[in-house]
Amino acid sequence: MSTLELPRKASEGDHFVSTEPFDPGSAMRLTPEQERFYLASQWKLMWWKFLRHRVAVVSGVILLLMYGSTVVTEFLAPYNLHSRHTDFIYASPQRVHLFHDGHFIGPFVYAQTKRLDMTNLRRIYTPDRSEPRRLRFFCAGDPYRFWGLVDMSFHFVCPAQNGTLFLLGTDRLGRDMLSRILYGARISLTIGLIGIALSFTLGLVIGGIAGYYGGWVDMTVQRLIEIIRSFPELPLWMALSAVLPVTWSPILIYFGITAILALLDWTGLARAVRSKLLALREEDYTTAARLMGAKPARIIGRHLLPGFMSHLIASATLSIPGMILGETALSFLGIGLRPPITSWGVLLNDAQNINVVALYPWLMLPVVPVIVVILAFNFFGDGLRDAADPYR
Amino acid sequence: MLQYIGKRLLMMIPTLFAISLIVFTIIQLPPGNYLESYIAELEAQGESVDQQKVAFLREYYGLDKPLPEQYVRWVGGMLHGDFGYSFEFNMPVTKVIGDRMLLTIIVSFATILFTWAIAFPIGIYSATHQYSWGDYGLSLLGFLGIAIPNFMLALVMMYVANVLFGTTIGGLMDPQYIGQPWTWAKIKSVLEHSWIPVIVIGASGTAGMIRRLRANLLDELQKQYVVTARAKGLPPRKVLRKYPLRMALNFFISDIGSLLPHIISGAEITAIVLSLPTTGPMLLNALKSQDMYLAGTFLMFLAALIVIGVLISDLALVALDPRIRLSGGVAR
Repeated sequence: MSTLELPRKASEGDHFVSTEPFDPGSAMRLTPEQERFYLASQWKLMWWKFLRHRVAVVSGVILLLMYGSTVVTEFLAPYNLHSRHTDFIYASPQRVHLFHDGHFIGPFVYAQTKRLDMTNLRRIYTPDRSEPRRLRFFCAGDPYRFWGLVDMSFHFVCPAQNGTLFLLGTDRLGRDMLSRILYGARISLTIGLIGIALSFTLGLVIGGIAGYYGGWVDMTVQRLIEIIRSFPELPLWMALSAVLPVTWSPILIYFGITAILALLDWTGLARAVRSKLLALREEDYTTAARLMGAKPARIIGRHLLPGFMSHLIASATLSIPGMILGETALSFLGIGLRPPITSWGVLLNDAQNINVVALYPWLMLPVVPVIVVILAFNFFGDGLRDAADPYR
Repeated sequence: MLQYIGKRLLMMIPTLFAISLIVFTIIQLPPGNYLESYIAELEAQGESVDQQKVAFLREYYGLDKPLPEQYVRWVGGMLHGDFGYSFEFNMPVTKVIGDRMLLTIIVSFATILFTWAIAFPIGIYSATHQYSWGDYGLSLLGFLGIAIPNFMLALVMMYVANVLFGTTIGGLMDPQYIGQPWTWAKIKSVLEHSWIPVIVIGASGTAGMIRRLRANLLDELQKQYVVTARAKGLPPRKVLRKYPLRMALNFFISDIGSLLPHIISGAEITAIVLSLPTTGPMLLNALKSQDMYLAGTFLMFLAALIVIGVLISDLALVALDPRIRLSGGVAR
């Protein structure tokens, strides 16, 4: 009969303890690539996930280009915002050609000849095929004051000497539409950003307070949000912007309109913040922070918000297009921004009646960048939202 | 059930009260009172002012009284059908409005029906054929519907209708019916004229609804009861019809809350472009000329329309969905 061998009592002598430093990778060796992946930070994972959403990346690039263009608008636009060409009122768009009589002579436009159509009192512009006018690039054109600081006259593209270059036609005062659309981007695009910054702050603060304190504070905020939401947005915007004093300067009106847009927009964000906070404030780490004597502002800002900040940014991005559309609609109706401040909506204000659609359809062109920006923000926001939760 | 309806009706009162407070604040915001600016305007045009009438109006609407009293008078008047005095049209607001509100309701209602009729099949198709070419195409169309400002769409549609069908679409009925009492012929004429505004107003709402319906249905399709039903061997169409579709129907009712403000906003601006005889153009004019009783009435009416619409959708949901009926609250 074999005796059952009992485990020997471990004596100090045969218990081996390595003096080598512990290597956490000893069980499974990670290749450098795997390591890069597993040890990546949350933001890095989001970035990778975002890159996989092709449409969102393309939209992001488009947005970047558009916002980038607003920095150097003066340089990109062939004319100034207000330069008028009294000989070319309602001129139709000129096409850029490369070949004249079968010879390549580089990008040029044909000069336009004007004729008055006496039956429906309309100016008709026809290209004069005999006269090619070559475009100049990186040239001196309309003088401007860059960013209101430096006097310059350097443009990306200019018309030939004594020629014209109206790629998108001109309006009722003979102002170049392309230049005006480029300048309009400055206002239309920034109004979305400033507006969202305002409404983001409002949503964070109000939603944060409601969610953290709960109780009657929460009740009041909830009712307030419900009431604001039961107003139809546009009529209320209309009413509020109609009561902005007529004596205000255009720049004040600009900020007033932005504030009005933000004033009705924060509710969705506040709701999201509130419901998240209500859930998170029951977590142990919140209790721990409170026990250690952290103030509410620090608990909300340092411990709770970072947990869902990425979601908030994504949903904020998705509400920018609504603001841009809102401003466009208000200015279109003539109760939003007013000249000399020029946004796409202000430009569309000229395209209010059916005559324009029939006779001068190029006046409706400012709607194209509006559509592109709205689409781009929607896709970009979708991509951000998907990326906001990289662990899923 | 009855208790829930009662509670829901009671909850509406403070909401409407708060809305009226906000509207009153807005109509009080412009400096000076509107009677004074009205008199100043008349005098600037060289017209004589009927002092007696001015005194009567000032007395009647308590314009020299403190604000809280003015507010009470305004709300009190509204409760028995006196909406104030329009200084631009020089007659009581009730007379100015005529059947504009009714027409707004008709257009909004028709738009909701249109939205449902379009969004329902497309949403289901997109959800059941996720990531197919059809889904992508329809999604793109939907995104375009969101992105194109509806006032531009209205302009272009008006032009296209004019060129293709030779109709001048500027109004909601044939001219001979304007100001006439409601008859079947008039209703028919309104229906004939309302398809452009309905499509234009519905475009962005439909797009949003398709996206929400698709997302909702996709969630539903991944649930275990659907897997079970499929595993039992039910044909796909029957699985769809018996389970997830019924959930989607509830969603249609409950989504009115987010659809209605959208439609009413869209209806206002579209009406302005198409010059429909609804509240839109008149609201804009009233706001521009600071005819504040008129503007206030319209704002109040539009907000009330949404509150009541949401109430109806909540009640319909209670009738439809036993889960809500039993737990006694609306789960959103």
